[in-house]
Amino acid sequence: MEGFMYPNEVELQWSVLIVLYPFLTGLVAGAFILASLERVFRVEEVKPTYRLALLTALAFLIVAPLPLQLHLGHPERSFEMYLTPHRSSAMAMFGFVYLWYLMAVLVLEIWLDYRRDIVLLAESSRGWKRPLYRLLTLGSYNISAGALRVDDRAGWLVTLIGIPSAFLLHGYVGFIFGSIKANPWWSTPLMPVVFLFSAMVSGIALVLLMYMLTSLLRRTAIDMRCLDTIAKYLLYTFIIDFTLEMLDLIHRIYESDESFRSLDFMVHTRLFISQIVFQIFLGTLLPIGLLAATQLVKFTEAARKRIYAFAGILTMIGIFAMRWNVVIGGQLFSKSFLGYTSYKMGFVTREGLVPAVILLVLPFVILFVLIKILPPWHEENIGALHADGTD
Amino acid sequence: MTLTRRQVLLLLPAAAVAWESVLAGNPEVAPNYTTTEHWWGMLLDITKCIGCGSCVRACAMENDVPDGYFRTWIERYHVTDWHIENPHVDSPDGGKGGFPSDAETGGRNFFVPKLCNHCTDSPCTQVCPVGATFQTPDGVTLIDYNYCLGCRYCIQACPYGCRFFHPTKHTADKCTLCYHRITKGLTTACCEACPTGARQLADLKNPKDPIHAFLKTHTVQVLKPHLATGAKMFYNGLDGSVR
Amino acid sequence: MSKFRDSAHLIRVAAVFLLGVVAFVALRAAVVPKSFGLYGPYRASALTELTAHPIVYAGHETCEACHSDVQEIKAKGVHARVNCESCHGPQAKHAEDPGTVKPVLPEISTLCVRCHSQNAAKPSGFPQVDAKEHSQGLPCDTCHQPHSPGFDAGGKK
Repeated sequence: MEGFMYPNEVELQWSVLIVLYPFLTGLVAGAFILASLERVFRVEEVKPTYRLALLTALAFLIVAPLPLQLHLGHPERSFEMYLTPHRSSAMAMFGFVYLWYLMAVLVLEIWLDYRRDIVLLAESSRGWKRPLYRLLTLGSYNISAGALRVDDRAGWLVTLIGIPSAFLLHGYVGFIFGSIKANPWWSTPLMPVVFLFSAMVSGIALVLLMYMLTSLLRRTAIDMRCLDTIAKYLLYTFIIDFTLEMLDLIHRIYESDESFRSLDFMVHTRLFISQIVFQIFLGTLLPIGLLAATQLVKFTEAARKRIYAFAGILTMIGIFAMRWNVVIGGQLFSKSFLGYTSYKMGFVTREGLVPAVILLVLPFVILFVLIKILPPWHEENIGALHADGTD
Repeated sequence: MTLTRRQVLLLLPAAAVAWESVLAGNPEVAPNYTTTEHWWGMLLDITKCIGCGSCVRACAMENDVPDGYFRTWIERYHVTDWHIENPHVDSPDGGKGGFPSDAETGGRNFFVPKLCNHCTDSPCTQVCPVGATFQTPDGVTLIDYNYCLGCRYCIQACPYGCRFFHPTKHTADKCTLCYHRITKGLTTACCEACPTGARQLADLKNPKDPIHAFLKTHTVQVLKPHLATGAKMFYNGLDGSVR
Repeated sequence: MSKFRDSAHLIRVAAVFLLGVVAFVALRAAVVPKSFGLYGPYRASALTELTAHPIVYAGHETCEACHSDVQEIKAKGVHARVNCESCHGPQAKHAEDPGTVKPVLPEISTLCVRCHSQNAAKPSGFPQVDAKEHSQGLPCDTCHQPHSPGFDAGGKK
């Protein structure tokens, strides 16, 4: 501890698990927005990643509440949030936003898009998979052209509602921080917007990386038109995100209110590596530069793949660093603006590094299982192509 | 025993009412105490505080406050000349053992006792997701230890740093204004222990409470007024440098 | 009619959702604590639980009920407004059972010094001394009667 802190402030309340949570929900929102580009805005080029993006979103959404449960003092009471939600609490309302997004948007959209495959698999598979697929059909085996048209229209509607729902899902997380007037590092109306755009950036980067990885593992060719388009959207979103973050920074420096000197000192000392080095340089400026270069200079396909992969990984690190800087950074300085503390992350403790890493790996495990149950790719589909060539 | 139809028709509504009151679990806060007749606050007189730490110790003993955590604490300020934006502040173990005599002279030096401000528009109760922290009808902000999830959102939302995470209860915890005492006509432990009268419990709804006369003749402040929390801990003689 | 048949599966989805809502409402009715919402968005029985906390400090009026002789001495001196438990510590247990529970008298040298040691932050009118210089190693109650320590009120031993 350095300087003066209120005696109860020295210990941090929200750990790396609370850093993980906005990171995971951000990936969900971002992956979904990318999927909706094809479905609602008819960006045909990204169609090869549509189903993969949806499954990725689901895998991460399932894991998202787990860091919160681990963090709670009484996880066995967590259902109280649904039983007696306090209407003025953003956290309580978020419980319903999460539930809405999971059930009425993501699961419903996946079901509608996969319904034909589920019915065919219910009829053709054997063993333990058969009752699973039969359950997923909800008892309806109608996959006539008319029924599939209904699915298509319904899916379009769900995606349309899903886009503002995804904005709400992650915007709300930003509001949970942005509405705390006690903490000047968090309290800004820009917070939900910054969180949302950085979520989109991380989600798009994740789908880009997953597409490249799965194509590598399946030894199939990457559709470069798709990959180039995803990279383009990543760049555009990144520029907006960076602009918003710079706006916040410039505004703070210019207004220089009572908290500024303390926050400025914190950024230059305790937060230097995570904010200046990882978030701004390695995590934002470098990927933007690399992606902008691919738009301005003609690179070979192989070179572009390497650049995209590198930029994608840097982006993921950068957005994680951004969550770290918001959550941990907001607790490193005293509300008296006279002192600083430090974060001691445990290793194998309940809220330590090991559980955090496990929770980061878990969504990929779940995604692997989801891909096995609901294969996103045409070649593994057991059904024949329609006469008109559509899948 | 066989019941006639008439008897059943009489008994049923009575049973229903009785069952309702059993179900409602009608709680008594305290005998002879009506919550709506009181509105609790406190007067803290900086000109009288000697930083002895009696309040911190008394609170810890009355309320089983664990070591290293504070429901109330004292800060010592040293302000050099006109530099009110850069006070030098310390609070060794919250002031529990008093303050060591030091050679700090010159400028302005004083003690500031702090505790939960039991805000009328408290930002902490606003954010609780389940209603585990709340303000009573008599103006005391409390925590329901059997309902709190331990999410710590309220601790983040308090601008004054008065909340902490209880290490064994695993819930949020803070000053209760000795609710178990004030509802029985006693004063808080900290006010009882204060030797100079720097801390005085005030019932703002009681017209005979000495705070009303005091407020007419003294200038008082609250902490962080720009946050408009409706704080009810009133400080007499609070310096502009106090955070 | 085929149009309806083609949308029939959506009805099944709606039914699943409806079932979920009904189950949720039923669960709520069963599980939400009965006293919730009585005074506000919280469990009213929490107030009963909180006020049931044992009293540890008896309060000076309780002490004065038995120890009126000390109160008389104190009332005339400079410690008139210093409550008993401020120095003697919490005594509710003693007040409940005065015969068995005997209060432990505080250690004089640490007790008096905590209030009266010199400190620039203390109000200037407050009596404060450099303890070592002032007492020259002797305990404070060598010269000062704790219940009425001021010399003008006849507190000198």
